[in-house]
Amino acid sequence: MATLHATTVQALQSNKLSLLTTWIESLEASGATRNVKEADLKQQANDFLNTLIAALEQGGSQNVNHENWAETRVLLEKLSHSRALVGQDSQQTASFIFALKGPLFALLQREYAEQPAQLAEQLWEISELLDALGMHTIRTFQKSRELVIKRQQEELLELSTPVVKLWDGVLALPMIGTLDSQRTQVVMESLLQRIVDTGAEIAIIDITGVPTVDTLVAQHLLKTVTAIRLMGADCIISGVRPQIAQTIVHLGLDLQGVVTKANLADALALSLKRLGVTVTKAV
Amino acid sequence: MTLASNGTHPVLIEQDVVLARQLVRKLAQDCGMRLIDLTKLVTAVSELARNTVVYGGGGYMDWEIVERDLRSGVRLTFRDEGPGIPDIKLAMTDGWTSGGGLGLGLTGAKRLVDEFELDTAPGQGTRVTITRWS
Ligand SMILES: Nc1ncnc2c1ncn2[C@@H]1O[C@H](COP(=O)(O)OP(=O)(O)OP(=O)(O)O)[C@@H](O)[C@H]1O
Ligand SMILES: [Mg+2]
Repeated sequence: MATLHATTVQALQSNKLSLLTTWIESLEASGATRNVKEADLKQQANDFLNTLIAALEQGGSQNVNHENWAETRVLLEKLSHSRALVGQDSQQTASFIFALKGPLFALLQREYAEQPAQLAEQLWEISELLDALGMHTIRTFQKSRELVIKRQQEELLELSTPVVKLWDGVLALPMIGTLDSQRTQVVMESLLQRIVDTGAEIAIIDITGVPTVDTLVAQHLLKTVTAIRLMGADCIISGVRPQIAQTIVHLGLDLQGVVTKANLADALALSLKRLGVTVTKAV
Repeated sequence: MTLASNGTHPVLIEQDVVLARQLVRKLAQDCGMRLIDLTKLVTAVSELARNTVVYGGGGYMDWEIVERDLRSGVRLTFRDEGPGIPDIKLAMTDGWTSGGGLGLGLTGAKRLVDEFELDTAPGQGTRVTITRWS
């Protein structure tokens, strides 16, 4: 395999500053710098060029998995991670590397103006190298994205289990967002535990904040209602808006035996009535 | 009937079910669908997308905004290369499930939309096409 000549590495080293300037200009023109602070971008570009030159100067392997490239890889991994956090996509992130091709090719063209065969070879080599580094960036970007999403999901998981005491003996569970298996499980378990802890007689599950009630959500709700009853308490489902009620009918769901109310206020009123509490206006 | 725009959305894992619902919600809003129709359509999407993941082993949702007689609507095709459904009549029976479901997804989805077409055979995968007009 051909390698990058010392002349090429030398050219990179002595033209670093002008390379940096034209690279950053083309990055900005391509819109790949959205949400990235200018100072950060300059720093990252500068660091990248430094590690690139350092790795090349060590000679040897152009295989980016080789240990000579460890520092460059770590730099790109950090870059991917920070781009994922500010909401860039993989294309924008990878173009950090790909935008360097233009300025680099122009440099090599000047350097090897008199040696077309050498020029072609060096262009090919540097292009292969940048592609490999670009691919590494995309791969690590995807991993970072997955981590970000996973963390957001876990945050939601923790945020979403408030069991609220509305009255002596009345607990409410306002559900917000998507009721998918994992979250629903956690939420329901904490409701059951609170019923045991407080000896509550009535539990209200409020689904005002749940946009879609499908068969899976219904199945979870029905299981919970059954469990609450087995514990000797009553359950009311509130927040059944007109469009949800119609959808439930069309789906063919059988909520018979489950007390439902259009809103939380109605559910509380019913609970108080069952407990024999009357609320009157002070005169 | 004319085609205003279209695209494809992956339905490979559980999270894609949520994303598919969100996409369809937006499409339906863009064609001015009333909240009630939108809710029905999105619920059907939830059922069919989940079947695609759970039974079909993952697949895709093709979407189109369609227009006819000055009305617009959303047409969706859920397709997978999974095992297919051996007995369509049974699968289209309220309450029948081969897993631990309620057995209401397919029949419910059919009642929630204006047009429903199921195309499947053992070993041939499954395609369900639905349309809801606004
Ligand atoms: N894409 C698919 N590929 C293969 N089999 C399917 C597919 N979709 C549905 N089926 C079969 O049809 C049956 C009925 O589906 P349906 O969605 O009505 O009920 P379910 O998924 O079992 O329960 P749920 O009420 O929770 O949706 C399923 O149990 C499954 O055997
Ligand atoms: Mg189903």
